[in-house]
Amino acid sequence: MSPDPALSVDIAVRRGDRLIETRFAATAGITALFGPSGAGKTSVLDAIAGLVRPARGRIALGGEVLFDAARGIDLAPEKRHCGVVFQDLRLFPHRTVRDNLLYGQRLADPAAQLLSLDEACAFLGIGALLDRRPRTLSGGEAQRVAIGRALLRGPRLLLLDEPLSSLDAARREEIMVVIERIRDQLALPMVLVSHRVDEVERLASEVVSLDVLAEPA
Amino acid sequence: MALLSPADWAIVALSLKVGVVAVAATLPVAFALAWVLARTRFPGRIVLDAVVHLPLVLPPVVMGWLLLLGFGASGPFGRALEAVFGTSVMFRWTGAALAAAVMALPLMVRAIRLSLEAVDPRLESAARTLGAGPWRAFATVTLPLTLPGMIAATVLGLARSLGEFGATITFVSNIPGETQTLPLAIYSALQLPGGDVQVARLAAISVALSLAALIASEALARRTGLRHVA
Repeated sequence: MSPDPALSVDIAVRRGDRLIETRFAATAGITALFGPSGAGKTSVLDAIAGLVRPARGRIALGGEVLFDAARGIDLAPEKRHCGVVFQDLRLFPHRTVRDNLLYGQRLADPAAQLLSLDEACAFLGIGALLDRRPRTLSGGEAQRVAIGRALLRGPRLLLLDEPLSSLDAARREEIMVVIERIRDQLALPMVLVSHRVDEVERLASEVVSLDVLAEPA
Repeated sequence: MALLSPADWAIVALSLKVGVVAVAATLPVAFALAWVLARTRFPGRIVLDAVVHLPLVLPPVVMGWLLLLGFGASGPFGRALEAVFGTSVMFRWTGAALAAAVMALPLMVRAIRLSLEAVDPRLESAARTLGAGPWRAFATVTLPLTLPGMIAATVLGLARSLGEFGATITFVSNIPGETQTLPLAIYSALQLPGGDVQVARLAAISVALSLAALIASEALARRTGLRHVA
């Protein structure tokens, strides 16, 4: 474990007419963004990924500044080396599972690779799905493909947005085991968005609470 | 029915040349307009939308007259073409293609816009987080997902071009071998005593071309539909 925080976040993100302020540092392991729905957890995740521009603040990952409002730094999402597993997955419907998995890998620096396609398939148990289309996958299968696609991108940080919320109990257990293995075997820092105490207690080493604060923007 | 005469073939070839050039030139313009109308919000968008649709509701003769005003020898675009390229579209097949393009534009924009609106823009943000720049994300995600709309736009545009009459005859007249496309040739043949046989031949060609275009588009839509629609 590195003594430097892998990720440091100190931002204010506008969401509708509210300003969500959060400040945390994440080291190795899983940091949970925890709070009720509407608290702006996804907005914070999007800000880290570069999909939403914070109103102010600073985000740094492994010593590299991703965003700094004061210095006018705002790296494009493709330059942030963050793997994202979206709540709605966003698998590419016109590509096979294989081409979804390889989309990011083909664009990534080979030195940044965590896994090969074969290793990812074995790791996630998705080898049999490679020639299928996303629309033919079950919820748990699609979730694992989305995780695989983000891992094969060679990320320095994995952002997971409610990865368990749409799954039944058996599938939830499967995905939780996958997340634990990413934490333990790949030693990849993760930020996990969740609104459930049991998930957070089991998976996270740090918890950042986001509450709905009515603060005029 | 007699086989096609060389003159008939020339008319068909000219019509296809006019139609293909019109559609090929309009496709990128229609895509850009469809993208702006589907994905952006700005004051005046409703006006742009209305202007794009104008050729659909305006009498074609009026559209032809407007083109004449713009591209005629003393029109602003006509003068610019003359000054920069030393050329003119007046009484030329290029003018017929321009008339066809303007008349096809609204149909093509509509078809592409519909399919663009069905593509989730969040897929592009997913591509961005996977390392794709904005252009690559667009080219590898949004563009292939709008392919069915592009095919529909191409077929609609081609059909509209092959059927164009009013704007063409007003704008660039009815000159055999230069601006006389199928509908104009049919119109001319109708004026001639004993032209019925040629009318029938040219009408049959029109039906055949339209049917072929519809069948081709249906076949393509099925193939890409299986491949692209979620």
